[in-house]
Amino acid sequence: MTVTQTHPAAAEAHETAAREAATPAVTAHEAAGPAAAAPTTVRSALRGAAPRAAELVLAPQAAGRRARTIALLSGLAVALVVVAVLAAGVGQLHIPPPEVLGAVLRRFGIDGGAAATHVNTDAALWTIRFPRIVMALLVGAALATGGALMQGVFGNPLADPGVVGVSSGAAVGACTVIVFGWTFLGSWTAAVAAFVAGLLTTLLVYATARDGGRTQVVTLVLTGVAVNAVAGAALAFLTFLGDTQAREQIVFWQLGSLNGTRWPYVAVVAPLVLLGILGAGLLARRLDLLALGERPARHLGVDVERLRIVSIVLVALLTAAAVAFCGIIAFVGLVVPHLVRMAVGPGHRVLVPASALGGAVLLMCADLVARTAVPYADLPIGMLTALCGGPFFFWLIRRTRRSAGGWA
Amino acid sequence: MTALRARGVRVRYGSTAVVDGVDLDVVAGEVLALLGPNGAGKSTLLGVLAGDVTPDEGVVELDGVDVRTLRLADLARRRAVLLQENRLSFPFDVADVVRMGRAPWRGTDREDDDERVIENVMRTADVTHLAARRYPTLSGGEKARASFARTLAQEPVVLLLDEPTAALDIRHQESLLAEALRWARDGAAVVVVLHDLTLAAAYADRVVLLAEGRVRGEGRPHDVLTGELLTDVYRHPIEVVHRPGSDEIVVLPVRVAALEEIR
Repeated sequence: MTVTQTHPAAAEAHETAAREAATPAVTAHEAAGPAAAAPTTVRSALRGAAPRAAELVLAPQAAGRRARTIALLSGLAVALVVVAVLAAGVGQLHIPPPEVLGAVLRRFGIDGGAAATHVNTDAALWTIRFPRIVMALLVGAALATGGALMQGVFGNPLADPGVVGVSSGAAVGACTVIVFGWTFLGSWTAAVAAFVAGLLTTLLVYATARDGGRTQVVTLVLTGVAVNAVAGAALAFLTFLGDTQAREQIVFWQLGSLNGTRWPYVAVVAPLVLLGILGAGLLARRLDLLALGERPARHLGVDVERLRIVSIVLVALLTAAAVAFCGIIAFVGLVVPHLVRMAVGPGHRVLVPASALGGAVLLMCADLVARTAVPYADLPIGMLTALCGGPFFFWLIRRTRRSAGGWA
Repeated sequence: MTALRARGVRVRYGSTAVVDGVDLDVVAGEVLALLGPNGAGKSTLLGVLAGDVTPDEGVVELDGVDVRTLRLADLARRRAVLLQENRLSFPFDVADVVRMGRAPWRGTDREDDDERVIENVMRTADVTHLAARRYPTLSGGEKARASFARTLAQEPVVLLLDEPTAALDIRHQESLLAEALRWARDGAAVVVVLHDLTLAAAYADRVVLLAEGRVRGEGRPHDVLTGELLTDVYRHPIEVVHRPGSDEIVVLPVRVAALEEIR
């Protein structure tokens, strides 16, 4: 370990070399090539370092947070399984948890759990409830991860795919598919259209809001407002164009619902969501650095422009996955990452997976309420999340304004 | 050994040249202070040296290589920058913020030193007791010191500081610049933008006095910081006195005329 490498002739160097502008600057770095990773003249911060015992100062803090992180992630994972099993049992046909487990195990050729007490148990679970629960899980994870990602990129805890216009853009794409009855890509048609439209929207917002290689948050949000207005008009026009059936479909789809989810839909959404979450996880460290601001992040080696582009594509992907079959489900992306930050801090390496899990749990719970709160009725889940998320948003605005620093 | 070399640097915002044909050499082992009144182009010049601002004309070389062609990751392992304003979008702990300075060394052998370096630079910047505090709750001076610690954690060979002492009390001003000087003596090239001319005179090996984007004076502080030149550049009467019993110089604005007029 190099403790200190005092520069040779540092004192004379600036006396003699300073004025000799013509002298070619052949240095140790150059000899090693411009792209050499570590400079040979290494300046160590460990000059006169205290012995390793000093590390104890930071150790308790790190340990405390690690414990909280593990508790949160494992708690969410357990909640995910418990809620999934309970939700599968609740409905017009009540199925106790052991029978739910039995149905799952039987499908994989394992004996265990309780046998079904009703002839329709397996059919109800595997054709109706399981796909719906898995969809809720995927969409919740997608929305929360998309929110966390977008907040990280714009350095603003109030940023959200809905705010920037990605959701509305994606909705226009999916709506077009409904109205014109396109099926050229099979069950993927709506998802692809939503992704393309969402991505185009985001790129449009991004290009408009960018100035001199930088994106001002205020400009971006205002552009989002304009885009949302245009997308709203497009949706209205599509509703006007559609026949009665398409119109009804659009109206309910806009309210957001997981009703009628089938496995083929899940098969479309799952890979998109997994890809999005994986990508978000890979960007986590760089998003942490971006919290310092664009220039400081660049100074630490982050290619900020590329980080933004990749993040935007991932946000469009996650939003499209969520919107394509289930419509607009608002505020999950706002609420979940915020609660996670309050619990374990803003580091994205924990925020991303915890938001994914938390979003999944939240949307499964919300969907359970949506389909059981009123007997024989399926409430629109988007209405429910907006009902709870709206007031939370108000609270968040007030709180963020009060807190030290605010949200630049 | 010239670490940073700027040649013919010119930056225009619209029709006004903010930096107008500046040549600059920063040598490893020295502290160079950039001085000048508001709007003289100091921060812009620092941005050009950092590779953030692309000059309309001219070039900046880091160890003989154009900074614009260097990969960001390689650049980050050699030069660190402390900006005037250090905001944070999310409430990270101070220790986390300092740890961010270690990011360029991830995946290298020097990653093993992370914890010790963090401990050490936090002690240097006097922020160890703030380790568990959330950064946005710090005072301006504490933020500046935490950010200085983050900058040092990068272990740079070129250190660029933009008004690092603006928010600091006297003790921390002195200790920050003393650390910058120590860093230089250990082989780094340090460029620091300062407003306090007395501080600059005490800690800088060389000063560059800018006005309206041009270099008005360059050399040892004692040679450049004269009452005559400063009065002209700052358009305010300024007196330079030698502190009795030392070779320190003290730069003082002359206030008599203005005060009399007001009173």
